[in-house]
Amino acid sequence: MTAPASSFKPPLRIAAMLASASLSAAMAGAPAPVPDTMAQRMQPCSACHGKEGRATQQGFFPRIAGKPAGYLYNQLDNFRSGRRAYPTMTYFVEQMSDGYLHEIADYFASLDLPYAPPLPAAAPADEIARGEALVRRGDAAHGIPACVQCHGAAMTGVLPAIPGLLGLPRGYLVEQFGAWRAGQRKAAAPDCMAHVATSLTPADITAVATWLAAQPVAVGPAAADSLARPLPLACGSVPP
Amino acid sequence: MRMPRLTGARVLAALVVLVAAAAALVAWLNVRGEDPLSGDASSFVASPEQVARGAYLARAGNCAACHTDRGGAAFAGGKGIATPFGTVFASNLTPDARTGIGAWSAAQFWRALHNGRSADGRLLYPAFPYPNFTEITRADSDALFAFLRSQVPVTQPNRPHALRFPYSLQASLAVWRALFFSPGVYEPVVERSVQWNRGAYLVRALGHCAACHSPRNAFGATRESLELSGGLIPLQNWYAPSLTSSAEAGVADWPAADVAALLKTGLSPRGAALGPMAEVVFRSTQYLDDADIAAMTEFLKSLPQTPPHAVTVVTADKQVRAHGQALYKDHCAACHGAQGEGGSGPDGIVYAPLAGSRKVLLDTPANLIHIIVNGGFPPTTPGDPRPYGMPPFGPSLKDDEIAVLASYVRSAWGNAAPAVSALDVLDAR
Repeated sequence: MTAPASSFKPPLRIAAMLASASLSAAMAGAPAPVPDTMAQRMQPCSACHGKEGRATQQGFFPRIAGKPAGYLYNQLDNFRSGRRAYPTMTYFVEQMSDGYLHEIADYFASLDLPYAPPLPAAAPADEIARGEALVRRGDAAHGIPACVQCHGAAMTGVLPAIPGLLGLPRGYLVEQFGAWRAGQRKAAAPDCMAHVATSLTPADITAVATWLAAQPVAVGPAAADSLARPLPLACGSVPP
Repeated sequence: MRMPRLTGARVLAALVVLVAAAAALVAWLNVRGEDPLSGDASSFVASPEQVARGAYLARAGNCAACHTDRGGAAFAGGKGIATPFGTVFASNLTPDARTGIGAWSAAQFWRALHNGRSADGRLLYPAFPYPNFTEITRADSDALFAFLRSQVPVTQPNRPHALRFPYSLQASLAVWRALFFSPGVYEPVVERSVQWNRGAYLVRALGHCAACHSPRNAFGATRESLELSGGLIPLQNWYAPSLTSSAEAGVADWPAADVAALLKTGLSPRGAALGPMAEVVFRSTQYLDDADIAAMTEFLKSLPQTPPHAVTVVTADKQVRAHGQALYKDHCAACHGAQGEGGSGPDGIVYAPLAGSRKVLLDTPANLIHIIVNGGFPPTTPGDPRPYGMPPFGPSLKDDEIAVLASYVRSAWGNAAPAVSALDVLDAR
């Protein structure tokens, strides 16, 4: 579960320039006043998730800005409780209170940032078509619901706790399915995504990830307020 | 013809007697100081005050750090403690009769804490810090027992330890105990104040600070003469700095308020708790009342301090230093300041000053490397509910860059500590 080093961009360079500029402008030598903001407190997150919580463009790490707060909180809690496994995330959140995790989730959920256009999918046409079909229509014969049934027609997620699927690197998407299949990623029971991940074939997973990663993120990718009920599967992390 | 056979038999007999005597000695050393077991599980009746006291003491002893697994039921055990000898799995302390301590008597619980022997007579591995807990009072032991018995019983069988041969044998453990463990009681030092003695008891017995902050020998044992003089935590490769050295984590010359702030909030004007100490603050010391924090502070401040030793620093090559300076400017200066002066928020220092920082200057660079590689946040506490943090640079900087950066920080702004090599970084990662 280690990330490729090449996917990483040096963090804080802009912040460093800004801070050193303000330092020299104000009082050289004396400690720079540290902004009393969540943006400043969340600087460590940008090392992997990009400035202000965006994923790096060609990287592994997921976009967290603008995702529903309930989803983000659940993930932070999942890392703290061992339902998800990524050493850096666990290390960051294991000594954090519920209150702070909620504040962190609310902060990243509130960000609304423009996204660079995705790279076009480099895959055969039939794979791309299979991916789109699964996302939009599912595969009833194999008991697989369409992604859009839960994640919203625009795939931008649904409040309060269903994540959007756009702006995520292909490698990240593939790895999440793999983690669910291997029991390395879990959500509150009943774990609907574990069911989906184990129902899909490896080729289907690749197809879905390839198609999703090539979709542009619209400006203001706000999560939908509500969703047609009932959900096709019972999900423990989504309030009924 | 008869003589050699007779001699052989005699030698053999003598050997047998010797081995038996040694075994008897080891066996005796393993059960010395044990009180007779009286009463059974049903004869112990806890008062509500005892349960409440036990809850507090369980925090002070940080029982949950090992006995509650990540995401697991409270005190149900199952967490693996990695040691150089293999993995020891913490046991189920909930009052389940079959898999927990529901069938234990208070005397058996006391024997586990005080003598390191389980209810079924097995010798316990000292990953359970009974070399420290042995000094816990019987009253505190009973309160802890009362609290644990008040928990929801969880049926979860204990996982067998995964220790390598010969450490897996009870006989090996018996020899270890004969050599390195003797049951003890905390003897108050009469010349010292009541508060000092309370602090010593909390630090040495319940808090088992020495379990990390003391060096261990090749057999994993600590020595009283070197107590609290700093130790490398096995396998985690974090160094728990010496509490008896003014160059490391000794607090003799700190204002008492700063020591108290570190234990209570995880943050002090002298630096923040990171790594394993962040966990200690988060799970344990933040819950201690002001009187106990003051007591620990008084004791810690009284520890004799060895003065810093002279350090020979080889001045780095000009080019290497310039590289380190450039890396510092790019990655560190925004928060830690152009001159390593740190950064302050409205309530005080939030980014540690690196000039003169003892964390930076420790002989072993393990902690500095950990912090650069992994970043991290101090714990959230009521006194510091929204901590600032440090990004991990492990993903973006190569081992040799981290070495050059760490060496720069250890030698700039009047700092003088030996350089860090790429091999050090590889070791600590």
